[in-house]
Amino acid sequence: MKSSATLHLKTYLLILLMVIFGPLGNVLLGKGMKRIGAASIGTPAEALDLLSRVLTSGTIWLGIGSLITFFVAYMLVLSWADYSYVQPASSVAYAMVALLAHFMLREAVTPLRWMGVLVICLGVLVVGHTPPRTTEPT
Amino acid sequence: MRELIFYLLIIGAGTGGELCVSRAMKAVGEVKDFRPAALIGVAVRALRVSWMWVGLTLMGTAFFALLAVLSMENVSLVVPVTALSYAAGALGGKFFLGEQVTRRRWTGVLLVCVGVALVIMGRR
Repeated sequence: MKSSATLHLKTYLLILLMVIFGPLGNVLLGKGMKRIGAASIGTPAEALDLLSRVLTSGTIWLGIGSLITFFVAYMLVLSWADYSYVQPASSVAYAMVALLAHFMLREAVTPLRWMGVLVICLGVLVVGHTPPRTTEPT
Repeated sequence: MRELIFYLLIIGAGTGGELCVSRAMKAVGEVKDFRPAALIGVAVRALRVSWMWVGLTLMGTAFFALLAVLSMENVSLVVPVTALSYAAGALGGKFFLGEQVTRRRWTGVLLVCVGVALVIMGRR
């Protein structure tokens, strides 16, 4: 029988990794795609051209690396914690995305948008106070 | 219009993929050993679960839809909008994985949705 304190610590540590690398990955992908330009995939040739530009972008690969780190942490935590617990808990990442987009990509984030991000985080806090597991181990 | 289709793919395929992967990881069992060799063993066992493959395919689809949208819109809009998958996630957790979603969790999910709405309205 694992103590719930250990389970919580392990869960929080992995969620911390998710919260760092998930947003970083998304922001890097955004940066890479902005540089490549608006996707036009009308014909197969266009789609192939776009794909080759995506796959030769260093920024995109950095983003993919970050997202893989995020994904591994996510997989591990999902092996014991409920999906409907982990998914909202990891949404602190949305605040990170807004911050990174603002400071790394110089995106204009309006006050209303910041408020929306804060409300999302509030939702996360509410969800964080529910037990991580409601189904019995099989 | 085209963006809407991509958003639906990100939310639909993304959430569906995560649910399948979550189901596969529950079948693998709780990971207790975090040494690299043990983690590789976990990966091998996970890839033997067919739900994992369904999940990875769906998540791959969502990934390319995300790339497409990111080429047209700002990250600070795209990523919060994809948070709409929270409602889908809670519903899927309840009906697909048999998890009990408490009223408190629903409240949190609702707040997240309100936040997403504000983010969209905060568009310049």
